[in-house]
Amino acid sequence: MDYSIFIGGAAGQGLDTLSHALSKILQRSGFYVYTTSDYLSRVRGGQNFFQIRFADHPIHSATSRLDCIYALNHEVLQQHIDRLQENGLALADEEVSAVDRLTRLPLRAIAEELGNVRVFNSVGLGYILKVFGLDFDRAQEMLQQIFVDETMFELNMQALHKGAALTESSVPVESGTQRKHILINGNHAAALGAIAAGCRYYCGYPMTPSSSILVFMDAVSQEMEIVVDQVEDEVAALNMALGASYAGVRAMTGSSGGGFALMQEAMSLAGIIETPVVVINVQRPGPATGLPTYTEQGDLRFVLHAGHGEFPKMVIALRDGEDAFYQTARAFNIADKYQIPVVLLSDQYLADTEVTLPPFDFSKISIERHLADAQAYGPGTYCRYQVTESGVSPRLLPGAKGNSVIVDSDEHDEKGRIDESADNRRTQVDKRLRKGQGLAQEVQPPWEFGADAPELLLVCWGSLAGPMREACEQLNAQGLAVRALVYGDIWPFHTERLQTLHAQVKKLVVVEQNATGQFEGLMRQEALIRADEKLLKYDGRQWKSDEIVAALKEVLS
Amino acid sequence: MTAYQLTEETAWCPGCGNPMIRRAVQQALHELGLPPEQVVMVAGIGQAAKMPQYIEMNSFTGLHGRSLPAAIGIKLANTELTVIAQSGDGDNYGEGGNHFISAIRRNINIAHFVHDNQVYGLTKGQASPTTAQGQVTSVQSGGVKAMPFHPLAMALVTGAGFVARGFSGDHEQLVTIMKAAIQYKGYALVDILQPCVVWNKVNTFQWYKKRVQPLDDNHDTSNWDFAFAAARQWGDVIPTGILYQVEKPTYDEQYGFITGSVPLVARELAPQQAEPLLQRFY
Repeated sequence: MDYSIFIGGAAGQGLDTLSHALSKILQRSGFYVYTTSDYLSRVRGGQNFFQIRFADHPIHSATSRLDCIYALNHEVLQQHIDRLQENGLALADEEVSAVDRLTRLPLRAIAEELGNVRVFNSVGLGYILKVFGLDFDRAQEMLQQIFVDETMFELNMQALHKGAALTESSVPVESGTQRKHILINGNHAAALGAIAAGCRYYCGYPMTPSSSILVFMDAVSQEMEIVVDQVEDEVAALNMALGASYAGVRAMTGSSGGGFALMQEAMSLAGIIETPVVVINVQRPGPATGLPTYTEQGDLRFVLHAGHGEFPKMVIALRDGEDAFYQTARAFNIADKYQIPVVLLSDQYLADTEVTLPPFDFSKISIERHLADAQAYGPGTYCRYQVTESGVSPRLLPGAKGNSVIVDSDEHDEKGRIDESADNRRTQVDKRLRKGQGLAQEVQPPWEFGADAPELLLVCWGSLAGPMREACEQLNAQGLAVRALVYGDIWPFHTERLQTLHAQVKKLVVVEQNATGQFEGLMRQEALIRADEKLLKYDGRQWKSDEIVAALKEVLS
Repeated sequence: MTAYQLTEETAWCPGCGNPMIRRAVQQALHELGLPPEQVVMVAGIGQAAKMPQYIEMNSFTGLHGRSLPAAIGIKLANTELTVIAQSGDGDNYGEGGNHFISAIRRNINIAHFVHDNQVYGLTKGQASPTTAQGQVTSVQSGGVKAMPFHPLAMALVTGAGFVARGFSGDHEQLVTIMKAAIQYKGYALVDILQPCVVWNKVNTFQWYKKRVQPLDDNHDTSNWDFAFAAARQWGDVIPTGILYQVEKPTYDEQYGFITGSVPLVARELAPQQAEPLLQRFY
């Protein structure tokens, strides 16, 4: 059992509420849910849609095929009816002009009869629930949560039942098999990871698609005692986070590409003052404003080289909701251990896609601060940039009696004082870069899926993990000996598995969500391995599993 | 080195105002008797921003224009720290202009000392936001075309609760102002006039000396109109002193939880404490 319901219309037509309600009802009914959204950078009008896929087994991608379309206008039908399965169902109000295979319903008429045209979508929801034979108790529970006002709730319940009365359960589904999964998107998962890791300071400037992190952090600010601040610009954001981190709290900021661009000078500052910080870049297609509400993996090279000058940093691409949680928490430990900036690379697709996942295991998170003991330093003996074998200097926080904690963006000596001598410069550069050796030991190998004796190796990174996993399953099911590598840790670069598998296969194909194959370039640079083919998508819409399969077959033929 | 000890050498020119300001900072900190480990000086980049190099204390020397954001982050993370942001006019009013406006609006509990010599020193004599219109510099060879920025007037109209003007040549007054600024609960701006002996041949020590005039000790510091007039006064007489001082709710105390007895930095957080947040996703 595996169905996809498509809900489309203009911004402001209540799509969001309807999609949210349906996704939650499905989640609570025990189905695996995967809800993707496609919205324009506007508050009213345009063509927006949600695609809710639900199944009785774990799912990891959106699909091209649709089993049900709920259209709020004619344009939605025109654009998407081709994707409807042969026996699929297209629904719209009777005022929407007909297309082939459309079932027109008196949604508006019923809503008007009930005295409030705004319950329109609840009529539609009732119809859809009935078609699939879904649990109305769950729906009631959900509507109660959405409509706090008792009268509105009652009215919507009436609408729901009237919608249901219009049809039969033509495609009844068995009850779901998933138990107690959460439904969460990548931004919220990353935020939870940060909070679990003890992040006490999060600031940022609103920028789609990163803003929901800021919104969520603010919502829990009082409860968790986290300072959350919308600040004047992204330049301030990273400088503030560094100030907070210098003072000793775990600090994070986030933005999308444009805002991340404004943080570059402070990234470099983090490098030389050796102050830990976590920054998340939730990518959207650039250059500049680009496609504000769509997705791309176009910032990889930019992030790798973030900040002027040479200093160690780590770059981790988040692959799915679970990864977003655990890796964000891990990022704080690595930042603290090496006193470096760690950049998390996400994207709009991961940020906004709502997926059912097993609840995160908070007991797996540890908080490792790697702070030095102030008692160990007699008055005036502490040196913030003490030269060590690992390159990591003991870190004290301001407040240590008898010792000053001095950080300086100028090249400095061990104490933190300006020192422009050639010897000192070499010593401090070497010290900082030596941290890269330890960091390289932290790198986790890429995820692997698929055939044990592969002939074809697929390589991707970040949020393509889910679509790639399903593509791989489909290709394996079709008898193709395909294996996939999905990179999470991007920098430092992990080469071993790539080299081993590359030596085994006949062909290597890289799949990316950008126009220039940035990861493939990195692979050539770091592992001296060139892809035989590159599958690149840069229209702002995420690769779906079936699209990867189709594109691959085309290049193989 | 003992707390707040000054280095013997500095990279400042003989006759510069910076050493005098440094001496005032040192004396103010001594007289306030603040435990040295609980004070942090935050600077940007420029001649003024070299101060932390020459005084023994906790310090964060960050980026040009960005001393205020770093200072704010430090204060929010540890409200027990006394945080002094200090840098030059180019740094704070030029490159960091947006942060200046926001810091005033936030009214966060920090002191802000701006060395205002009306010129860029470290980069060798270009106009700063406070350079007079028409003044000739290496880059503005035909004279500065833009109108000068009025930091104190700007602070007052934006709602600052503590606005003062000092002069590097009036040590006693400067120490008094600095102490009041550090003790003020909120954002305290002190614009400190100082000569640049190499790059500003107009606003010399004598030029300031002739014009600065301390305000009457008993003037009403809650009179905004008076303060605004004094802030704008820039001619034969330039009034100095605490122009304006009123109480206002601070940004930090509005968070509620961060001004308690335990600063944020000292609070442990176990990962499991965040687990109840999962309830939102069932």
